[in-house]
Amino acid sequence: MKATDKQAYLEEYELLKKKGKPFFPYAVMKDSAMALIVVGVIILMSLLLGAEQGPKADPTTTTYVPRPEWYFFFLFEVLRVIKPPELVPIATIGIPTVCMVLLLLLPFYDRGPERRPERRPLATTAGILTILAMGYLTYAGATAGSPTEIDMKVAPQYKAGAEIVAGSGCLACHKLGENGNNGPGPELTHIGDRIPRAAIIRSIEIGPSIMPSFRELPKEKLNQLADFLSSLN
Amino acid sequence: MPKLSDLLVPAPLRKTPKPGEAGVPTTPAPQDLKSAPPERPTDLGRTGEKALEAPMEATAWIDQRLAASGFLTGMLFRKVPKGTNWFYTLGSATLFAFIVQAVTGVFLAMFYTPSATQAYSSIAHINNDVFLGQFVHGMHKWGASVMVILIFLHMGRTFFFGAYKYPRELNWVIGVVLLILTMTMAFTGYLLPFDQRSYWASIVGININGTGPIVGPYLSDFLRAGPELGATTLSRFYAIHMLLVPGAIIALIGAHLYLVVKLGTTAPPWTKTGKPRVAEPTSDLDAGVSGNGYHPNGAGATVAGVRVDGHNGGGATA
Ligand code: HEC
Ligand code: HEM
Repeated sequence: MKATDKQAYLEEYELLKKKGKPFFPYAVMKDSAMALIVVGVIILMSLLLGAEQGPKADPTTTTYVPRPEWYFFFLFEVLRVIKPPELVPIATIGIPTVCMVLLLLLPFYDRGPERRPERRPLATTAGILTILAMGYLTYAGATAGSPTEIDMKVAPQYKAGAEIVAGSGCLACHKLGENGNNGPGPELTHIGDRIPRAAIIRSIEIGPSIMPSFRELPKEKLNQLADFLSSLN
Repeated sequence: MPKLSDLLVPAPLRKTPKPGEAGVPTTPAPQDLKSAPPERPTDLGRTGEKALEAPMEATAWIDQRLAASGFLTGMLFRKVPKGTNWFYTLGSATLFAFIVQAVTGVFLAMFYTPSATQAYSSIAHINNDVFLGQFVHGMHKWGASVMVILIFLHMGRTFFFGAYKYPRELNWVIGVVLLILTMTMAFTGYLLPFDQRSYWASIVGININGTGPIVGPYLSDFLRAGPELGATTLSRFYAIHMLLVPGAIIALIGAHLYLVVKLGTTAPPWTKTGKPRVAEPTSDLDAGVSGNGYHPNGAGATVAGVRVDGHNGGGATA
């Protein structure tokens, strides 16, 4: 913005302000009405939705699919879209950091004097696209399967392992046949074919990348899990 | 001794004094009104009058020492520009949601124990035994979502209205930091109930931080505060959620609001000054991008007369 533009803006603003109304009581009334609505909505949500506790945190069993609060779904979805391991850092930290820096510096690179959205086609389009992208990613995260059971043919001796997979939230991140989500983890459908049993156990114990470590699982369960996975080929 | 109402209300907005008050000639009241109230004993009446004046005197006493009334009048009676609409309530709505979080959070803190062994049962205690416990807990839990929604709506409003442009760039920057801090609150608060969901989601969240280039592993080590997610992680998240971030948020909201008052809020970008402009087509919506839309036509418009500050005319400045 040129110095003359700045001056012009200040002059115009001073005029608009002269024609305005005092903050009290006009703006205060609107703000108070809005405050009442906000508190009302929060009270209503608390009464209707409550604050139920889930089962107690337990490192030795994972009876819950690890799912973030809804406003972090978009981040989880970015991870699902960008899967190759070497790109994961870009998805997890890179993209959000770049977005935040771009957001923070916005007033320093968008310096034109125009303020009407319909006359700032670039900014307005970028804004709307960002909203659509966030909305889509959140929606995709919300509707992604949160599977707790596996619908596939399993030989009787592997039943126990399959149930652990179902109950441990692995399918939040892994695809297994027709079950689970394709990403952020690699597909497990033919995992027994791809890597040896020891490597599977190591992955489960270490928890590579964003995968949680399941080393607190009792030995017996771990073995059943590994038996089931290495049978998949 | 100046009266409170005189201190707070700038001259143009003052009520015209009633008959009988200083400087206004008394017009005789109608006969029936005059005789209606029975006379009170004089000494009682004077005590009553004194009692009425006491709060004013106290306010004036305080104000002589604080000299805040000028600022308060400037703030309350500052003008908001023409066209200000409901979209402008989103900021104060965010503030209000934050206040709800702060108040309900204090109540939860009275009963919550940030230890890996007791956190879960202390939340169960709040939910099941404490009077209105689940209600307050629910308000805090859902208030978080409401605040996140409101802060994004408020950011959207300032974005589409171009409110981040000169001279409000700094307020936008402060706002983005507030956004990051609010998301940090959401992330750290999620672990505190210490149920399965919060436990496993926090592990994944910490691992996500850990994949970051260079600083990633340090960041996740810092958050986890040990090789495993456990007691130390919980107290660390608790300290961040209860002290560090709320303190920063309060300070930054203070700075944010200071700038809002100091610079004034924008008018919606479509608001017309009502002053004819050079090269301004009649219909704004049909107009193409016109670079000089902001040049006022008054060629000799004084430059010196324009100041950017919260106080405006009307005798508001102290
Ligand atoms: C939060 C998401 C997440 C969850 C939950 C999760 N994983 Fe993973 N898993 C991953 C990711 C991401 C990778 C790839 C890591 C890498 O980059 O090497 C992975 C890798 C693996 C691998 C190695 C695959 C290969 O091709 O090398 C195995 C085996 C595995 N996971 C099994 C499991 C099992 C069993 C469970 C449930 C007990 C589970 N995972 C739960 C995200 C997850
Ligand atoms: C805790 C969070 C926040 C609170 C309590 C808050 C509060 C407020 C309030 C009360 C106003 C006055 C005008 C209005 O309500 O629209 C305002 C203005 C403003 N806010 Fe925020 N805000 C917050 C976060 C943000 C964020 C995340 C951004 C953007 C990234 C932002 C950018 C701005 C800007 C640019 C203005 C000036 C708007 C104008 O003059 O029209 N704020 N804020």
